[in-house]
Amino acid sequence: MTLLDIHSLVVEYRTLRANVKAVDRVSLAMEKGQTLGLVGESGCGKSTLGLSIVQLVPPPGRTVSGQIAFDGIDVINCSDEEIRRLRGKRVGYIFQDPMTSLNPVKKIGEHFVEMIRTHEPEISKEDALKRAQEIMEQLGILPERINDFPHQFSGGMRQRVMIGLALALGPDLVIADEPTTSLDVIVEAQIIQLLKNLKQSLGLTLILITHNIGIVAETTDQVAVMYAGRIAELAHTRDLFKQPMHPYTQALLNSVPNITKKDQVLSWIPGAPPDLASPPFGCLFHPRCPFVFDRCRKEEPMLTKHDHSEVACHLYDKR
Amino acid sequence: MLEVANLTKHFPVEKSFLDRLMTSKKSVVHAVDNISFSVNRGDILGLVGESGSGKSTTARLCLKLIQPTSGNILFEGIDLGKLRGEKLRTFRRNMQLIFQDPTASLNPRIRVGDAVKDALTFQGIGTLNEQFERTQAMLERVGLKPWNNFYDRFPHQLSGGQRQRVVIARAMVLNPRLVVADEPIAMVDVSVRAQILSLMLELKKEFDLTYLFITHDLAMANYFCNSIAIMYLGKIVEMGPKEKVFGSPLHPYTLALLSSIPIPDPTATMQRMIPKGEIPSPINPPRGCRFHPRCPYAQPECSEQEPQLEEVRLNHRVACFFPRR
Repeated sequence: MTLLDIHSLVVEYRTLRANVKAVDRVSLAMEKGQTLGLVGESGCGKSTLGLSIVQLVPPPGRTVSGQIAFDGIDVINCSDEEIRRLRGKRVGYIFQDPMTSLNPVKKIGEHFVEMIRTHEPEISKEDALKRAQEIMEQLGILPERINDFPHQFSGGMRQRVMIGLALALGPDLVIADEPTTSLDVIVEAQIIQLLKNLKQSLGLTLILITHNIGIVAETTDQVAVMYAGRIAELAHTRDLFKQPMHPYTQALLNSVPNITKKDQVLSWIPGAPPDLASPPFGCLFHPRCPFVFDRCRKEEPMLTKHDHSEVACHLYDKR
Repeated sequence: MLEVANLTKHFPVEKSFLDRLMTSKKSVVHAVDNISFSVNRGDILGLVGESGSGKSTTARLCLKLIQPTSGNILFEGIDLGKLRGEKLRTFRRNMQLIFQDPTASLNPRIRVGDAVKDALTFQGIGTLNEQFERTQAMLERVGLKPWNNFYDRFPHQLSGGQRQRVVIARAMVLNPRLVVADEPIAMVDVSVRAQILSLMLELKKEFDLTYLFITHDLAMANYFCNSIAIMYLGKIVEMGPKEKVFGSPLHPYTLALLSSIPIPDPTATMQRMIPKGEIPSPINPPRGCRFHPRCPYAQPECSEQEPQLEEVRLNHRVACFFPRR
């Protein structure tokens, strides 16, 4: 069953200098129970895409065109009241920085009470706290710590709380935006393990936004590689790693060290991502692409299906 | 080249006036606790650990940017602790630092060319013309060419990778022999990380450099360094050539770190041994072996006595009573 269907979504940041298309004609669909990885370098639009699913793109960003259907609900055109019911209740969001996403003057328990009672006001405060304790226990935190403040928690514990808050109301979809970026490697592994276990036991559908290729390889079923606001390649994780098609995907995978391999030779991508206020003509990757030819400079490639994956590159266009 | 012996750094904890009245005991952060290591000429030593393990403090101590609580640092036989004032300042041209965040380590109002040239001016090297020439040559050497395209730009007009090149040029223009790089690629985009490292390797060959490379990224350390020292809570727990430390690790903490790294290969199958909990506070580090509360192999004596860093195999040192084999 298709849970999320994004069609030709365009999100623009309007500034005095230019209108910057942070997300440009992105289409993708997710089945229930799947895990999708959104990868790309900073500024490629992966976070904006995540935020637009719950319509939380900060101004001056706005959705210009396209459709987002979540379980049949038209997210872009529905009323504020409807979208509020969606956020938290049906779509959980785990933000990158657990310190700034928790209120420093509120106890951990109060965060849960607020979250639960906003959506289910009939639940009493006591019951909400009880539920919070159950969730905390599932996440490996002592239940009595709901009386602590965020600063009394370590980084990893705070991120567990964030995960708990996102899961408190049993959402169908969870979006995790760089959930482990500010964490150390052992704690990162703990959190990823936790997410994987929860995904299995609760049958979650998960969107994982990250720039960490290793985490993508370990946790996702499907990957969308983004570059300069567009999807460069969309494929099943195994296929993508076995046979990356887009030159950007190939270069990205070759730039990541693998500790299990000996004498690895890493490569890199020359240059920098384009300035989206004045994007290059044709394929946005062409100034950095090793296989660039004439057509790339003139015509923009569209995402088309080839074998296992969908890729936006003229190299695979037989025309 | 660099010899560090019994180095210790404790930072006093700031207390409120009331706390000072109530308690007489001062508490300290044991940032670095009695560590010894040496870096040979031409080596790349990777200092690896999680945040709070004391690796950055060690880097700053090695450059004498902060004073050690105790211990000695010898640079080519010269005791850094004995250098003062003008002598220390001139000596510093031998050892330079590359910081983690190129945006924070460049003055936003100084043109990047001048930022590089100022290093020469402060050290009083050459005439103004010579300084310009050396700066131009160094900018081109780190890949910012032609130099006149970059010299007059401000840091915000450059990409992250280019900014880090400026920081490298600024360190290299003094012709140092030891470069301490504190997470030089942590803030750079994934796709250009390998490029920065490859530049650092080229410079090492060309200028006969020695690197002390601080990182939390084990895969990158494995790629870049030839010897590794693993730090935990202010202590070195394992040290040796890269092939030994990563190939046949002995300390349970090293094993834990290695098994926590996500592998960029969906077909890889790996036995994970992820320890519970997080790195404890360095204000009251655990007695005995500092890793014992989280160690799956801990025995009673681990909580009583502190294991010393001992050579268990040739060049391979570990601080553990029950090393894994």
